[in-house]
Amino acid sequence: MQGPLIEILARQGITRRTFMKYCATLASLMALPPSAGRAMAEAMAAAGVATKRPSVIWLPFQECTGCTESITRSHSPTLENLIFDVVSLDYQETLMAAAGHQAEEALHNAMKAGGYLLIVDGSIPLGLDGAYSCIAGRSNLELLKEAASGAAAIVAMGSCAAFGGLPHAKPNPTGAVSVSDVVKDKPIVNLPGCPPIPVVITGVLAHFLTFGSLPELDKHGRPKAFYGETIHDRCYRRPFYDQGKFAKTFDDEGARNGWCLFELGCKGPVTYNACATVKWNGGTSWPVESGHGCLGCSEPDFWDAGGFYKALSTPANPLKMASAAVAAGAVAGVAVSFANRGKKRAAASAHETTTLADLEK
Amino acid sequence: MNELQFLTWVRGTGLNVAVGVFLLGVFWRLIEIYGLGRKKDLSAPRHVAGASGWHTIFRRSIPAQGMLKKSPVGYIGGFAFHIGLAIVVLLFAPHIKLIQSLTGLSWPGLPSQFIDLVAVVTLAAMVVVLADRINKPVKRFLSTFEDWFTWAVTFLPLLTGWLSVRHLLLPYPTMLALHILSVEILLIVLPFTKLFHAFTVFGSRWYNGAVNGHKGVAV
Repeated sequence: MQGPLIEILARQGITRRTFMKYCATLASLMALPPSAGRAMAEAMAAAGVATKRPSVIWLPFQECTGCTESITRSHSPTLENLIFDVVSLDYQETLMAAAGHQAEEALHNAMKAGGYLLIVDGSIPLGLDGAYSCIAGRSNLELLKEAASGAAAIVAMGSCAAFGGLPHAKPNPTGAVSVSDVVKDKPIVNLPGCPPIPVVITGVLAHFLTFGSLPELDKHGRPKAFYGETIHDRCYRRPFYDQGKFAKTFDDEGARNGWCLFELGCKGPVTYNACATVKWNGGTSWPVESGHGCLGCSEPDFWDAGGFYKALSTPANPLKMASAAVAAGAVAGVAVSFANRGKKRAAASAHETTTLADLEK
Repeated sequence: MNELQFLTWVRGTGLNVAVGVFLLGVFWRLIEIYGLGRKKDLSAPRHVAGASGWHTIFRRSIPAQGMLKKSPVGYIGGFAFHIGLAIVVLLFAPHIKLIQSLTGLSWPGLPSQFIDLVAVVTLAAMVVVLADRINKPVKRFLSTFEDWFTWAVTFLPLLTGWLSVRHLLLPYPTMLALHILSVEILLIVLPFTKLFHAFTVFGSRWYNGAVNGHKGVAV
């Protein structure tokens, strides 16, 4: 896409006003001051006309392309895509026209220049020397290390790149790890979610384009602006939780009345994400609104969190070792009993009868 | 480790281990105690031993004459927290739900507000008996580490449970995880400390009463 950004947008039917509104929305979503919206608009407009647009390399590893789907099928594709129009997306296997050697050449040209933003989706397998996932005959680990060395910053897109995700789930056959497990010397922002919310992706990119830095992060490397509060704390069903009104099944009266889904396994209380406020599909709805509890997809190890349909307060499987424990206890009890009886017998046989003669000694 | 991982661990691996150790310990101790056996009885019983045993089970729950006045905190506080614990553990709806999910057995619970009141009274009673133990020189002298320790592991599940129900101090999931963790510590400690009286109290009373009756000290 060539020419000033505003002209490009106008050709796509987007007015300047809509663009400004979008930037202001991004800024307010990220809890930035109002002036940041204007700065973002200016930065993106400038990037759009610059001779050299900011370079972005997007590496896919052990992933399902759901994160790419999320961004490309976002509610206002033109606006979300605009972020990608102002950058030079030099390598994205799913979206790029090039293939084979051409694609690899594009990647190497971009890497040679350095200072690019590296987006990674998917986890990195370490098992079998990384043989579980290779691109152009090279392991993901090797590719990531090479690409990370010249990157200005890394965006770990989706739960797999951020925390290992589904490939990392027990028993983790491929030895999958997250980007931050491999790369230690670069600024990394984690955008977990399965997939992450489109506006979270574009918000972080806009922040990087505008300020040249990553937004403020929490202890898991997630932008606080989007992952600062739990789903539960911002859930519109929260009043029912506080009143103790819970749906017991997916089709009972409580479910029809929109009561809290806690007892059906909702992970909202321990999940930090923006679904409850930003929603999905252009603000149409989100999982809890459609009647299903939160899976906790933006939290580490959510696949192994004791079952999607078990309430957070109920145990996962506490009687797992019960029979073995009872058997071991019984064996220990019987063994100790025999030992005790042996001691008693030994004491009895060692006992000497006291005679009158003894007392007169 | 984040909230979800902590909670997942306590309701997963942690609980599996705690329940395992608990069951192992209970079976071990019970078999060991009942496996001790009794000496061959060579004398003719002076009274029907069994009746005395049953009577003692009941009688030792009642303060001996004059003792209630002498040690009101011990008796009233002790009764209050034992009954309170039983009510909170067995008649709180979420606990019944848990037991139901594990065993299929269920029974009606009491209103949460009432349980809340009982929990507060129980907590207060436990604090009072602790203060009494500290204040009375004789009690303090007789107390060992085990006494303080078992008090703490009994008190913590009650406190964290109450805090999590009331959503105080920490976010609910964290407090809930701490509650489950404290229960796990209690489960692990119970079979191997004086807390095992939960299983042995009536058996040992019966035995003492029966032996006394046998010897002619019928009660």
